[in-house]
Amino acid sequence: MKTPQSNPLRVLWLCVISLFAVLVVAGCGGSDDSDSGGSEVTEIGKTEGQLNLIAWAGYAEDGSTDKTVDWVSGFEKQTGCKVATKTASTSDEMVQLMRTGQYDGVSASGDASLRLIEGGDVQAIDMSILSNYADINPSLKDTDYNTVDGKNYGMPHGWGANVLLFNTDEVKPAPTSWASVFDPAEASQFSGKITAPDNPIYIADAAVYLKEHQPDLGIDDPYELDEDQFNAAVDLLKEQNKMIGEYWPDATKNISSYTNGDSVIGSSWQYQTSALEGAGEPVSSDLPTEGTTGWSDTWMLSSEAANPNCMLEWMNWMGSPETQAAVAEWFGEAPANLGACELTSDPKHCDTYHADDQKYYDQIAFWKTPVSDCGDDRGTECKTYDDWVQAWTEIKG
Amino acid sequence: MRLSPLSKNLLRIGVGVTLAFIYIPLLVILLYSMNPAQTLSWPPESLTLEWFPKAIQDQAARDALLNSVKVGAAATALALVLGTLASLAVSRHKFFGRESITFLVLIPIALPGIVTGIALNATFTQVLDTKLTLFTVIVAHATFCIVIVFNNAAARLRRMSTTLEEASADLGATPWTTFRRVTLPNMRSSLVAGGLLAFALSFDEIVVTNFTIGAGDQTLPIYIFNTLFRPNQPGKVYAVAVIAILLSMIPVYLATRVTRGEAQTAAGAGAPAAAPPAV
Amino acid sequence: MAAEATAPAPRRSAGKRLADLFQGRPRLTVAALLAAPLGWLVIGYLGSLAVMLIASFWHLNELSGEIQQGFSFDNFNTLFTDDVYRTIAGRTVGVAAAVTVTDAILAFPIAFYMAKVAKPRMQALLVIAVLLPLWSSYLVKVGAWRLMLSEDGAINWALGPFGLHGPGYGTIAVWLVMSYIWLPYMIIPIYAGLERIPDSLFNASEDLGAKPGRTFRKVVMPLTFPAIVAGSIFTFSLTLGDYITPANVGDKQFIGNVVYSNFVSNLPLAAAITTIPIVVMVIYLLIARRLGAFEHV
Repeated sequence: MKTPQSNPLRVLWLCVISLFAVLVVAGCGGSDDSDSGGSEVTEIGKTEGQLNLIAWAGYAEDGSTDKTVDWVSGFEKQTGCKVATKTASTSDEMVQLMRTGQYDGVSASGDASLRLIEGGDVQAIDMSILSNYADINPSLKDTDYNTVDGKNYGMPHGWGANVLLFNTDEVKPAPTSWASVFDPAEASQFSGKITAPDNPIYIADAAVYLKEHQPDLGIDDPYELDEDQFNAAVDLLKEQNKMIGEYWPDATKNISSYTNGDSVIGSSWQYQTSALEGAGEPVSSDLPTEGTTGWSDTWMLSSEAANPNCMLEWMNWMGSPETQAAVAEWFGEAPANLGACELTSDPKHCDTYHADDQKYYDQIAFWKTPVSDCGDDRGTECKTYDDWVQAWTEIKG
Repeated sequence: MRLSPLSKNLLRIGVGVTLAFIYIPLLVILLYSMNPAQTLSWPPESLTLEWFPKAIQDQAARDALLNSVKVGAAATALALVLGTLASLAVSRHKFFGRESITFLVLIPIALPGIVTGIALNATFTQVLDTKLTLFTVIVAHATFCIVIVFNNAAARLRRMSTTLEEASADLGATPWTTFRRVTLPNMRSSLVAGGLLAFALSFDEIVVTNFTIGAGDQTLPIYIFNTLFRPNQPGKVYAVAVIAILLSMIPVYLATRVTRGEAQTAAGAGAPAAAPPAV
Repeated sequence: MAAEATAPAPRRSAGKRLADLFQGRPRLTVAALLAAPLGWLVIGYLGSLAVMLIASFWHLNELSGEIQQGFSFDNFNTLFTDDVYRTIAGRTVGVAAAVTVTDAILAFPIAFYMAKVAKPRMQALLVIAVLLPLWSSYLVKVGAWRLMLSEDGAINWALGPFGLHGPGYGTIAVWLVMSYIWLPYMIIPIYAGLERIPDSLFNASEDLGAKPGRTFRKVVMPLTFPAIVAGSIFTFSLTLGDYITPANVGDKQFIGNVVYSNFVSNLPLAAAITTIPIVVMVIYLLIARRLGAFEHV
């Protein structure tokens, strides 16, 4: 007769439960220790033969989208680093992917870069080791989204504005104001066929609109919104939601929604405009009078990069005038290296994108991470990115 | 059961409607796989077979297919072992907590894939601090495949009388020998059916895989996920899907042959015993 | 042989000695059998769930967005106070129920036909016909439906001549597509359940004077009900957690979508949201077990 103590089944259950408890406790204590990126990188060593990138669609073309568009193969030949690109569709996704530590670098927009720097996910670099950095447009150097405490964190890539993309057959005359997607008086005619980016940062676009159309809210920086300003923007977007057909989560879905006739107007990038025009679709885009948001991207090196030298070489490659010209024309943005302006096949490219136009540049509200510190005499009552994300869930319904 | 001709015809119409509902979209997929255009419009302006050789030649697709087979095979093997062990314990012995085992085994597949995916991802990356690789995918897949093998095996074992096993023991065979020579051959068809279903489940799984796969790896569903919504060569991905369906006729045929004549196990085999792909 | 008859008995091999250990000790046998699966499921799987649920009590660092440990009910507070989560949960459960009912209705006729009316060869063909779509990629099906439902897609093209318009993207589309995709998972268990009903029961019912309708209501339905519940476990749980279909053919968020979008930016909140489908499914499973569905899964 077995004594209860030696009941093997009970022993098994006890073992399992205690191991379970161990795992759970480990889960509690096991969270990340984020050392802040370590020290500055001061030299490029031997390349490792492999490079894992996170990039926006169109930033790392290897000829598979269009045979004539390829700046990856040249890089691979020159450095021996084989490139694998993970295309991400939002800054949130980029931050999360970087946090896994499985990638070497990322093309971070302003609303991701600070989060990455703060979280210790990217490394500071002594930019003098990258020869092309010297020729980068000075306005893009040492900005508050790529430089912290005097340390630089990446190679500027280029910048652009968010445009209003519309179907020229359905939307006549050409719209000149964001009211055509926000103001029911003008937008309801397109109800059900309006689109907008599926991205919490879009709240800033609503703020840009309100800055002009509801000036008594006193909105200045669309990323520094206090309670009243924030609520006004969110309400505007909730109203817009009733007219939205679908939100676009990535460039590809945006493009297909226009080709399938599901969308006729909405905020977009020049990349989609060029792609649709190239496919013969009746579309056009312009920059409304209220101004617009935009993005300025920086290639950053992961603090857990398995192939840091390949990444550094990539950053330098992407800063060269030839590559800059190719990317800027393909994606539709202003290059960071103005030397590219002589190399673009369309000699007017830089003019069209105001690459050298400081006044124009200053008017764009570039993506940046909303934080509670308003940066002015309001103190720390501004809404944080967390609030924006939660509000976005409410807006979408 | 005797049915009036009217009822029988109504029934036939119902069957027809359901089959049409099931197959019309598949025909649409077939048509899209033959659409040469850069953007898939409807109706297709012309038909072509060009995507099929392109699909077969696509290295990424082939690698993904191979990975899916590897992962599926490994996950199925694990599930077969674990599921058989559990089913033997449950159907041949009485013990405290026996009913809970059935419940426990069912949970990984009954909970939505996103829950399983996030939980396993958190454990792998935060607690165990391991990299995500095909191995972590195999572990994840095996977890929800156990129930399929378990259900099939347990059902079979329940129906199998224990007299043969007892006789074997009486003749002096060790439990292992009894299992190997008496139990196993008799449950073989249920294991094959369970294994095939588990493989099918792993082969088409996307959600949990998304959360447990490494940066550079791709299984077939991941490849499809990455290429489906990039209108690069849109017809190609549909061609890949059509090829997968055609290839799958083999295991489906095998499954029905193995379980032919065993109505109950056919039920167990077909019984998706939950073969939901994107759980 | 004579020599062997007087030789001492051979030593038992290691394997046989190991087997002796288990002889007559059923509990040890069960423990040995269950060690691996139980360890895997409880430690590996339930442990992972527990880890994730613990994370739901954490929160994010404001500036970097990194996870900070530290116990708080904030996330659950958000779920309860913010209306949108209730709306989303209600919407998801509602569609899951609708899909389940729809599939049960669509599945029954064909399952009945396969089990009770079709000749064996037809039966085999129908089984293959129903199983085959399971092998076509889920993603491709969603992708195809997305194109079919689009403004210039196949559905509007087919309905156009009649002056009708398809549902476009939206919750109706999500219901439609999910009903389509999970249908085979409802057909098979019902078919299996019907197969198990011996024909003699039908004959007996007839002999007692019941018309087919009555036999159906009083004999077939009660016996098939557990199988329907078994099938419903999957149609319900699959719809409950899906985010790919709503993202592609829907215009509103489902539970899976908010979990997924928060996984990227706010893991603790995502973990908190997952408690909703977990609780719902555990309750559903308990009820299903009560109704005898576990025999038919």
